[in-house]
Amino acid sequence: MPVYSQKVMEHFMNPRNVGEIEDADGIGEVGNPICGDMMTFYIKVKDNRLEDIKFKTFGCGAAIAVSSMVSEMAMGKTLDEAMKITPQSVADELEGLPKQKFHCSNLGAQALHKAIEDYLKKKKGGKE
Amino acid sequence: MRKVYLDNTATTPILPEVREAMLPYLREAFGNPSCIHEWGDAAREGMETARNQVAELIGASPEEIIFTGSGTESNNFAIKGLALAQQNKGKHIIISAIEHFSVMHSAKTLEKWGFEVTQVPVDKYGFVDPEDVRKNIRKDTVLVSVMHANGEVGTIEPIQDIARVTRENNVVFHTDAVATAGTIPVDVKELGVDALSLAGNMFYGPKGVGALWLRKGVRIIPLLDGGVQEGGRRAGTENIPGIVGLGKAAELAKASTETRIEHLTKLRDRLLAELPTRIEHAVITGHPTKRLPGNASFCIEFIEGESMIMLLNSQGVAVTSGSACTSRALKASHVLIAMGLSHAIAQGSLLFGIGIDNTIEDVGYVLEVLPPIVDRLRQMSPLYAKFVKTRKGGK
Repeated sequence: MPVYSQKVMEHFMNPRNVGEIEDADGIGEVGNPICGDMMTFYIKVKDNRLEDIKFKTFGCGAAIAVSSMVSEMAMGKTLDEAMKITPQSVADELEGLPKQKFHCSNLGAQALHKAIEDYLKKKKGGKE
Repeated sequence: MRKVYLDNTATTPILPEVREAMLPYLREAFGNPSCIHEWGDAAREGMETARNQVAELIGASPEEIIFTGSGTESNNFAIKGLALAQQNKGKHIIISAIEHFSVMHSAKTLEKWGFEVTQVPVDKYGFVDPEDVRKNIRKDTVLVSVMHANGEVGTIEPIQDIARVTRENNVVFHTDAVATAGTIPVDVKELGVDALSLAGNMFYGPKGVGALWLRKGVRIIPLLDGGVQEGGRRAGTENIPGIVGLGKAAELAKASTETRIEHLTKLRDRLLAELPTRIEHAVITGHPTKRLPGNASFCIEFIEGESMIMLLNSQGVAVTSGSACTSRALKASHVLIAMGLSHAIAQGSLLFGIGIDNTIEDVGYVLEVLPPIVDRLRQMSPLYAKFVKTRKGGK
């Protein structure tokens, strides 16, 4: 019996939106190598919408699938909509994650939110 | 697709001769060896043949062999049983920092029962210094346990030298030989130990069966109370098919030790020599030569072990890793950390457990499919991106 759902495997084998954005509007980094997983999300924002998302992930199969899924779920969404993505909604879209992996690998939403907060902070800083 | 099983440290396949030897005991010879009728006689005969075969493998007397349910049980039995039997003498034991969890966690249980446990460190190759054992022996030390070899990094420990120290100090010495018995020559008299654990599924025998060898005259408290099986030291109706399989596997291992070692070493050395030339920033863990013949272990920097396992699996290759993500406890291998590796590097652990069925073509196939997998994961890794940027900056 495989450890991961078909959906997790599919995203792990063919991850969407891997990479970096040179002139990103916001960057969010979470995790550390001690717990095992690290994720960096890069976003481009246009008219309050996520125009482009890229990520880099160091970690297990679940961590890579989570990153890919988050990028797909958030693409084209407004910032408010993207902020509503939760670890649970990501896990649901992935047809479940192994129980023990739920917290450590499921950092994608957090990394995306951090990138959005980074963008909002920079924007605010620019105006002042 | 080519299928390449390189996870023989997890378990080995069962040899056809072993399976054939077991089958009668899953059919007509189903009896209970405690019974004195014909059915009992047949089962008992199978069991005693196996006891001789296992004793022969490790240079012991048959009556010193206690069959158990696994290597883990043998280790639990030795650590808890030998400590408890001597608790009037003292409540201090010494183990190494790289023992298997079945030793580590048994020692932890002893701590809960009022014992003190000292862990001696290892060097960067995973070697225990016998002098560290000597320094830590106290008046109340009743047991030392150091593994014969570590399955994760292949390091073979100086058991004879440690045994000299324990004998001088009159302390019982147990060694976990699960990674070595049936793989390299193991002789209890040469090693000079008092107790030794082994397991059938590490040398082409069945799972669910192991043995503890206990030097005559060494006292132990049973883990399982009940009938007088195994001389009253391990109660419960014996797993006869498993025991017979273990015996047959021991006999075959004894007969072909040298040829097996030669074969495994050739494959191991090809992997150890070539993998680092094909993959940048791949470090060998453990000692380059003083290691188990079938063990080739590495850390591949900037990426994580489980994702490597999954991509290798998609290419038909089975390996394992000591990364945190691979372990169900989600902790990086205590062995690699004890050897001084950082958590980030330990995350890239990759272990090839080569078996007697593997061929040089299998190794060639792995050397073909692994570099693109590493490359793919590095392109995804923020750690690698940072490393590349620093390298460029440095230039």
